[in-house]
Amino acid sequence: MEIFMSVLIGFLFMAAVYLMLSKSLLRIIIGTAVLSHGAHLLILTMGGLGGRKPPVVAEGVTVADYADPLPQALILTAIVISFAVTSFFLVLAYRAYQELGTDNVNLMRGTEDYD
Amino acid sequence: MTPVFFVFLPIVLAFFIPILFKKLPQIHTGWFVLAAPLFLVAYYAAFLPGSAAGETVTSSFSWIPSLDIAISSYLDGLSLLFSLLITGIGSLVVLYSIFYLDKNREQLHNFYVYLLIFMSAMLGVVQSDHLISLYLFWELTSISSFLLIGYWYTRDRSRFGAMKSMLITVFGGLMMLGGFILLYLMGGTYSIRELIAQAPEIANHDLFVWSLILILLGAFTKSAQLPFYIWLPDAMEAPTPVSAYLHSATMVKAGLYVVARFTPIFAVSPVWIWLVTGIGLLTMTWASFFALKQRDLKGILAFSTVSQLGLIMSLLGVASVAFHVDGAESTVFKYAAFAAIFHLINHAMFKGSLFMVTGIIDHETGTRDIRKLGGLMGIMPVSFTLAVIGSLSMAGLPPFSGFLSKEMFLRAMLSLTEFDLFSFETWGILFPVIAWIGSVFTFIYSFYFVFHTFAGEHKPELLPKSAHEAPFGMLISPAVMAALVVILFFIPNLLAVWFIKPAVLAIQPFLYNAPGEIDVHVSAWHGLQPEFFMTLGIYAVGGLMYWTLRKWQRIYDVFSHTYSLNGLYDSLIYLSDAGMNRLSGLYMTGFIRNYLVYMFGFLILITLGTLGVSDAFEFDLTGTAPIRAYEVILGIVLVAATVTILMAKSRLTAIISLGAVGYTVALFFVIFRAPDLALTQLVIETISVALFLLAFYHLPQLSRHEERMKFRFGNALVALGVGVTMSLVAFSAQAQKALPSISEYYKETVYTEAAGGNIVNVILVDYRGFDTLFEITVLGIAAVAIIGMIRLRLTRKEDVNEKQ
Repeated sequence: MEIFMSVLIGFLFMAAVYLMLSKSLLRIIIGTAVLSHGAHLLILTMGGLGGRKPPVVAEGVTVADYADPLPQALILTAIVISFAVTSFFLVLAYRAYQELGTDNVNLMRGTEDYD
Repeated sequence: MTPVFFVFLPIVLAFFIPILFKKLPQIHTGWFVLAAPLFLVAYYAAFLPGSAAGETVTSSFSWIPSLDIAISSYLDGLSLLFSLLITGIGSLVVLYSIFYLDKNREQLHNFYVYLLIFMSAMLGVVQSDHLISLYLFWELTSISSFLLIGYWYTRDRSRFGAMKSMLITVFGGLMMLGGFILLYLMGGTYSIRELIAQAPEIANHDLFVWSLILILLGAFTKSAQLPFYIWLPDAMEAPTPVSAYLHSATMVKAGLYVVARFTPIFAVSPVWIWLVTGIGLLTMTWASFFALKQRDLKGILAFSTVSQLGLIMSLLGVASVAFHVDGAESTVFKYAAFAAIFHLINHAMFKGSLFMVTGIIDHETGTRDIRKLGGLMGIMPVSFTLAVIGSLSMAGLPPFSGFLSKEMFLRAMLSLTEFDLFSFETWGILFPVIAWIGSVFTFIYSFYFVFHTFAGEHKPELLPKSAHEAPFGMLISPAVMAALVVILFFIPNLLAVWFIKPAVLAIQPFLYNAPGEIDVHVSAWHGLQPEFFMTLGIYAVGGLMYWTLRKWQRIYDVFSHTYSLNGLYDSLIYLSDAGMNRLSGLYMTGFIRNYLVYMFGFLILITLGTLGVSDAFEFDLTGTAPIRAYEVILGIVLVAATVTILMAKSRLTAIISLGAVGYTVALFFVIFRAPDLALTQLVIETISVALFLLAFYHLPQLSRHEERMKFRFGNALVALGVGVTMSLVAFSAQAQKALPSISEYYKETVYTEAAGGNIVNVILVDYRGFDTLFEITVLGIAAVAIIGMIRLRLTRKEDVNEKQ
């Protein structure tokens, strides 16, 4: 399972990087969003995917077979932050597009002599 | 109140200076400032009787106890002498500045705040027993010197000089810090006194020589020795009171102080003796020679200061020689340390007064160019008298105190010819010769300075102002110093008992146990000794060469700027400036894609490199969870959605596909038993998609901007690299668990100690509450930024409307 997930994570990262390297602002933003999905799954996988029970202690009885709670806590924080970043980028792109009339990041620099 | 707190008295006063300057503009701010050094002179003078008996006073407070860092004040003879010089000359300089700086035109609050900071810093340098606090105060003197040189910051030369002094002295300071750390590694303590106690063990350590060289770099840059002296002439752009105070009497002597202070540790080393004596003597002769090239009065004095600092430095080197001579306290080797301290005091007096006279000339005639000056003797008789006293003392003529210490200097240099270790038996004879040549030039520039200014023909048409004598107040400070120059000639042995011998004890604790044991008696006439004939020779040759100065002064035109040390500094600065610009221009292209490629490239390199070097890659199938049908289906959906994003031609498809990716990830969270994550992910994903769609009409069309094949191929390569790297990291992380997870601790204590059931939630709000706090902060910052950007548009539109 972990091997399968690792390959999947690699694929998500690859797609994200490819999107981020393009010139279109919208594709860059989507790329960052995909990147954070990949990162979340990576953290989860690193902790190991075993564990048959969600990490919730009922009635004070601790059993050994919980899923690892630490990656989950980290990811929870990461999800919220990536949401903040994505929304910020979205508004930034929207404003940049309005002001500059283009979504080509090379054109935004004022030159297209680079391809 | 222990002495350590009085170090900070000037800085405390500095807090009130801007207020006083603003609230009481009718009173010159300098009068308030004067209180601090005056009080401190009296305070430190009270320690003199104890110090003369060989007592020391220690006080300290612990600043960072966990790192063993303390601010300590250790008042022995040497520290006390310097403290008195700093506060005594400080008082005179402040008094002088009251008349020198106009209270209506100058930014006095800046000036005096910098000056007071310097005063505290300098007191800290000479009283610190702790290496780290010594270093901190040391750098603070560099910074305050930088601020004071750049006080007239609208002038290019001021900024240039300030920058130059800063770069050179801070470079030296950093080197010195390295030396201190090495000392700490060798001795296991930051206390200088404890290090001195361990000197014999430290001397055998491998790092000993490195520490020695690094500390000397610090001392040589600060005390303007070859080849670092070049910052001092440019520092003359500072107001003259600053030049008199920092750049001749006190700060530049910090290097001498450090050499003197560390002599008991390093005297054992021949490298130390050769470097300190040799560089000192070369600096003395070199700078005295080039002093005659100068046209600016302050330039002459700057070179003269460099030269005199070299003289004292070389004497300190000879003082270390005494360590290697049996029974040195009863031979000719006993003179060096005494002469060093004696000349240090004399130099502070005569050079301070000469700087102040130069300030007066500048102030009353409007120029410092020696070619325009001349014949001021009749117009400025008092200034002339003061200048003559200072210059003749500098030249080494009786009846001025400089004569006495100059004689002792020559005697100390002669003593080197009798030293027969470390190749001195071969080269020792060079030392008195070079010292003699340096002294001849010192004699000439002293005469050049005073007589080309005051004698000769008066040229009023060349002067910006019509010359007149300075006001009384301005003459007090130089007059006090000049009077001391004369008085000290007649009572040198009294000075020795109170000031010099206690300081010598600190430099040569290996020779003496108490100041009273130091058997040096100063007398103006001590028979027909070799140094007496050397002095006569200096007068004769110096006088002759001064007489013919105009004939041979042209030889200085031979020295071009390009191949000088200054030229070297300029080209270094230019190269680092321009070179850095070109270097960063090569990769800072301004294209986001390039920067991302660098980042991802280094990510791949560093991660794969680390995996390779530490042999960390592992592939292990044992202990993995089994693959089930759900996961495979979800995986296929995820891949399909991602590919759709990559292929999408319209933005709607891309946004919806992104949503699909997000929801699939949420389902993965469900499968992997992370209910909180799944819930959060679903909510966030919904909001995100809504947000994208909300902005849908405003968003640009999804265009690939006709990317070239090559461009796309390069991107794909980088993307593939990152993907493979991350997969490898995931494999390795899965296969090896180097440390047990902290999760076990959470699982065990969550109910008993944190009183919660949902472990993830408890981690977020309890165990790692700060993470959550900062997460909220990030969210808040993003929200503020978003509002800001949207409002920015509104205001801009309003502006447009108003214009219409």
